Amino acid sequence: MLQFLQQIINGLSLGSIYALVALGYTMVYGIIKLINFAHGDIYMLGAYIGYICIAYLNLPFSVALIASMVLCALIGVLIEKVAYKPLRHATRIAALITAIGVSYLLQNVTQTVMGSNVRSYPSVLSDAMIEFAGLRISHQQLYIFIITIVLMCALQYIVKFTKMGRAMRAVSVDSDAARLMGINVDRTISITFAIGSALAGAAGIMVGVYYNTINPLMGSVPGLKAFIAAVFGGIGIIPGAMLGGFAIGIIETLVIGYGSSLYKDAVVYAILILILILKPSGLLGKNRKEKV
Amino acid sequence: MKKLLVALLALMMFTACSSGSGSKNSESVKIGLNFELTGEVASYGNSEADAVMLAIKHANEDGGVLGKEIVPVKLDNQSDQAETVSVQTKLATVEKVTGIIGPAVSGLTAAVYPVANEYGVVSISASATADGITQDENGDVFDYAFRVCFLDSYQGLAMAKFVSSELGASKAVVIGDSSSDYAKGLSKSFINQFTSMGGSIVAEESYVEGDTEFNSVLTKIKDMDFDVIYIPGYYGEVSLIVKQARAMGINVPITGGDGFDAPELLQIAGPEALNDVYFTTAYTTVTTDSNVLDFVEAYKAEYNKDPDMFAALAYDAAGILIQAIEDAGSDEPEAVKDALVAMDAYQGVTGKISFDELHNAEKSVLVVELVDGVQANSIEVE
Repeated sequence: MLQFLQQIINGLSLGSIYALVALGYTMVYGIIKLINFAHGDIYMLGAYIGYICIAYLNLPFSVALIASMVLCALIGVLIEKVAYKPLRHATRIAALITAIGVSYLLQNVTQTVMGSNVRSYPSVLSDAMIEFAGLRISHQQLYIFIITIVLMCALQYIVKFTKMGRAMRAVSVDSDAARLMGINVDRTISITFAIGSALAGAAGIMVGVYYNTINPLMGSVPGLKAFIAAVFGGIGIIPGAMLGGFAIGIIETLVIGYGSSLYKDAVVYAILILILILKPSGLLGKNRKEKV
Repeated sequence: MKKLLVALLALMMFTACSSGSGSKNSESVKIGLNFELTGEVASYGNSEADAVMLAIKHANEDGGVLGKEIVPVKLDNQSDQAETVSVQTKLATVEKVTGIIGPAVSGLTAAVYPVANEYGVVSISASATADGITQDENGDVFDYAFRVCFLDSYQGLAMAKFVSSELGASKAVVIGDSSSDYAKGLSKSFINQFTSMGGSIVAEESYVEGDTEFNSVLTKIKDMDFDVIYIPGYYGEVSLIVKQARAMGINVPITGGDGFDAPELLQIAGPEALNDVYFTTAYTTVTTDSNVLDFVEAYKAEYNKDPDMFAALAYDAAGILIQAIEDAGSDEPEAVKDALVAMDAYQGVTGKISFDELHNAEKSVLVVELVDGVQANSIEVE
């Protein structure tokens, strides 16, 4: 039982990261129906920006976190303006291929600028352990969990209770109607990219500090898992991404803990296939008929 | 007129060369270097080529071989398979060398062994560790192909012996990289040897390249009863496993292969985590062996950098070839090849080297212990 709870704690800290990245996928999909495959690389950039702030500029973690979120937001908006906006009325497959192209671009530019070797992150947060009723939680795990929850609450507030959030929801339902109502659709889309990228940036720097290793290709696998998390919860639905992220994190740790570590990725990908076959709209999604 | 003369001369030289059986001018002995001097694995190739040049220089200072001067012929294979084969062919047929050292990596070496065999020129690789490449498709050994490094699987075997005899371990956990052939080879041979020596494998876990989260797998094994962990893999993931294991309070010895041997291990895992950590390797500078110390000093003096494992192996590859020429009393490749087969425990900087019936090196493996992340002791395992 103790081991089970310990595995749940491990799963929650892993799931927090997936959830933060999944939110960006789901928000962008919700608003322009684009699966932004470059999103995992924004997460990688977040880790690198944090690395530069901490290792070269000697900034404290909190400042590095904010710097990394702000810069990732700007990069996200820039990518949207340069790569996706010109394709807004093109086919969805064209936009998808562009997203994959952007992903390679970010990976390779980072490799050129920062080198392709693994870098070790400076340790800025205490890695002491808290022992509680036989369970062990590290300070870093707690930080990750708390920061994730705070960011999610902030996101929920923005989406539910601000004018901008209302605009985002409106564009997501019907962008033409939203435009007719006087909503600046382009600006709303930019802000969605900014928020999603900022969350990925936060996830990136936290992963860097927690595992203290980063490399230019670190975004691809977590990006894929986060995408699965978004689909699992129902792509386009914000609470779905959170649920999906935590669920994938916990499932992965339980497979390792009680099954075999060899199959952990296979199980996660099998879940993607099952969800796509059985309930393509995801756990929280409603089955909607295609409008004709 | 001049052109005609040159052409005639060239023709004469060509016929002179090909009519004599093999190279053999009486003034010098030629050794070819087929290395990755440019291209993607250039760092291995240059390291090895430098070491071979050093070995030849040392031999010449000691009076050469068979009283003749050794002349190196160094060519660049550009880390490219087609280029490597043409370099090998050129060394064998145009330069008519006695033996060729190189290439560094397994893939290219596998391509040149058949070429060397066809033209009857000795070919020694310093660092091609993949299983089976000294044999043709029927499993017959290439007569002229040799290598001085141990095979991937040999390391697992040596570590299994070390943990049971030196560390007294009888219950092991294996956490292996399931995405690399190197790790799978190590893992398999470790498990076979360890169980055949009466040990038991308590758990066999795996991960894939690029994984960063190992807490769940470590939580799973934490409460099991085991006295050693074996992690066949590369430093990137190994450093994280070691760090997370130590943070979780798993304090049993952690062991692995030469994938541990990189400065990044210390940077990522940190010095506190890297105690009671052992890995197998062909070469370490932590030794009192004067052979090794002399080599390190000479290499440093020549190239102003520390020799890595590749340099040490290449130095031995050149050394063993020169020794074989001396033993054979001739620089005819056929005689040299027989001398290599008969070579008994050549004392190199990477240990004592003999060749088994498949022309793979039979040599002792070193187990290096880390203390606070720094190589502290080394023990030879037969």
